Amino acid sequence: MLTMILKRLAMAIPSLIGVVVVTFLLTRALPGDPAAYFAGPAATPQAIQEVRVKLGLDKPLLAQFGHYVVDLVHGNLGTSLTTGQSVASELRNRLPASAELTLLGLIVSIVIAVPLGILAATKPNSLLDHACRIISTAGVSLPVFFTGLILVYVFYYLLGWAPAPLGRLDVFFTEPPRVTGFYLIDSLIAGDPATFMAALKQLILPALTLAIFSLAPIARMTRASMLAVLSSDFVRTARSSGLSAYTVIVTYAFRNAMLPVITTLGMVFSFLLGANVLVEKVFAWPGIGSYAVEALLASDFAPVQGFVLTMAVMYVMLNLLIDVLYGLIDPRVRLEA
Amino acid sequence: MTDIAIAPRRESALGALFKHARYVVGENPVTGFAFALFVLIVLASVFGPHIVPYDPLASDTTQALKPPNAHHWFGTDQLGRDVFSRVVVATRLDFFIAVASVALVFLMGGLAGVAAGFFGGWTDRIVGRIADTIMAFPLFVLAMGIVAALGNTVQNIILATAIVNFPLYARIARAEANIRREAGFVEAARLSGNSDWRILTFQILPNVFPILVVQMSLTMGYAILNAAGLSFIGLGVRPPTPEWGIMVAEGSQFMVSGEWWNATFPGAALMVAVFCFNLLGDGLRDMVDPRRRT
Repeated sequence: MLTMILKRLAMAIPSLIGVVVVTFLLTRALPGDPAAYFAGPAATPQAIQEVRVKLGLDKPLLAQFGHYVVDLVHGNLGTSLTTGQSVASELRNRLPASAELTLLGLIVSIVIAVPLGILAATKPNSLLDHACRIISTAGVSLPVFFTGLILVYVFYYLLGWAPAPLGRLDVFFTEPPRVTGFYLIDSLIAGDPATFMAALKQLILPALTLAIFSLAPIARMTRASMLAVLSSDFVRTARSSGLSAYTVIVTYAFRNAMLPVITTLGMVFSFLLGANVLVEKVFAWPGIGSYAVEALLASDFAPVQGFVLTMAVMYVMLNLLIDVLYGLIDPRVRLEA
Repeated sequence: MTDIAIAPRRESALGALFKHARYVVGENPVTGFAFALFVLIVLASVFGPHIVPYDPLASDTTQALKPPNAHHWFGTDQLGRDVFSRVVVATRLDFFIAVASVALVFLMGGLAGVAAGFFGGWTDRIVGRIADTIMAFPLFVLAMGIVAALGNTVQNIILATAIVNFPLYARIARAEANIRREAGFVEAARLSGNSDWRILTFQILPNVFPILVVQMSLTMGYAILNAAGLSFIGLGVRPPTPEWGIMVAEGSQFMVSGEWWNATFPGAALMVAVFCFNLLGDGLRDMVDPRRRT
């Protein structure tokens, strides 16, 4: 198992190098002179020259890249032009908000999609199966920002069940003492159920939006792989041995059917991390996505670069985690490694 | 097809394709429906600006934020512009962005992938490495970064959407070219003295082409979503240009105060377009995939 993890870790290194090279090249592709750009519009030629030397832009490209990598190793992602804050610390402060939202969205999505897929597979061509197909086709066609807005309209404006889509916590509540940065967990640690409920209320709609978006691939994959497993010999044997339908489906079929579903999670995460940016914009969520969008509109590149890099590194790590999980669930993968 | 034996004369290739298309549509009414929607989208993007009742940019503050009524079918926005006219006129730009980006990635990814699969070796390794690097990013995030770096224009939205789709096309084209590399007709062409490039252009490419076309219609929906998402966060298309993503963004602030029509209609148009392309892609796959052909 350990060798498998180590091998997989080694495989992630080229991806990480690629990610760093691409994010570096993206800044160098900025239109015009990056030094003039970073110095701001009102800068004098001397100031621009100073910035150029300070940023190391007078050196050859390879040396600049070395400089960039050294900065990265020290956790330095540059400073934002508009706020003057260090990008790394800003991203660190905002990351829990995004992570809490994305993870809850994924959990909601799995909780709905997996049973839906299983039920659809056990009763092919039933009403539920058609419902599953319609939901998953509609899910991929719905623009995620549009779903979010519709949910806001229905649950906030029409029904009044949800709070206003303005951030992580209603203004009447104070942020729980920071331990993990996840409001749900922090408020529980602080023993403050009122704040927990308030945070949960704010989270439900954006998490649901992400869930609706990521439901489709998970449900489809669960259904397809359950169908394949249910027609296999070992399920037939289990059935003929007189095991209950529940045991056959949950213990025998489900565990085997989960493998392709876990593989699709990698793709789901790619979509989810992107969709997160749009959902944060709709719900004024103070995460790293809305930070990047604000910076983008102000043509402030350092935060965008930091954001792209953080997201890519997280995505590479998530794929790594998924593969390790795969090894834990399927012993055959471990044996091959 | 059995009726070919009975047919008194040989059908032209186009006629056969048309007949087959009619068969597929008849077999699967959903594809027929999607095709009708597609025709509607094409018509709207060609004739849209000429048939809409109002100028999409003309504001009329006396009519601001009116709900849908007999004069303004989809209501009016905060500047009194007719939402229906704007939604219809926007079709052209959204459709153009999607078609252009898909055509671009078809060229880039298709050619790179076919070359990688056919030549193998270094070409394969380089194309594979580029595809892997792109895949290491969450795709929408990479598209954001590309547009941010290259500049905030519609051309760069098209380019970014094409780049994030590159690995998909390159991989499919590579796999399809690779299995044909040693095929009998390629060997025959090689033995009759054709150069590698000639074989690539006249033997391999025409065979990989239909598979990539199916891929194009399957990714059209994603391309529209990606471009609309980028303009929703304020990249690329600028107001007051009518475009679905930006219209949803502009209308979103009115959603909380109950003026739903501003964001809902462009959003619904977006949804219908994506839905149509997804269904059409599935239908087209059935048509091209030889295993499902009867």
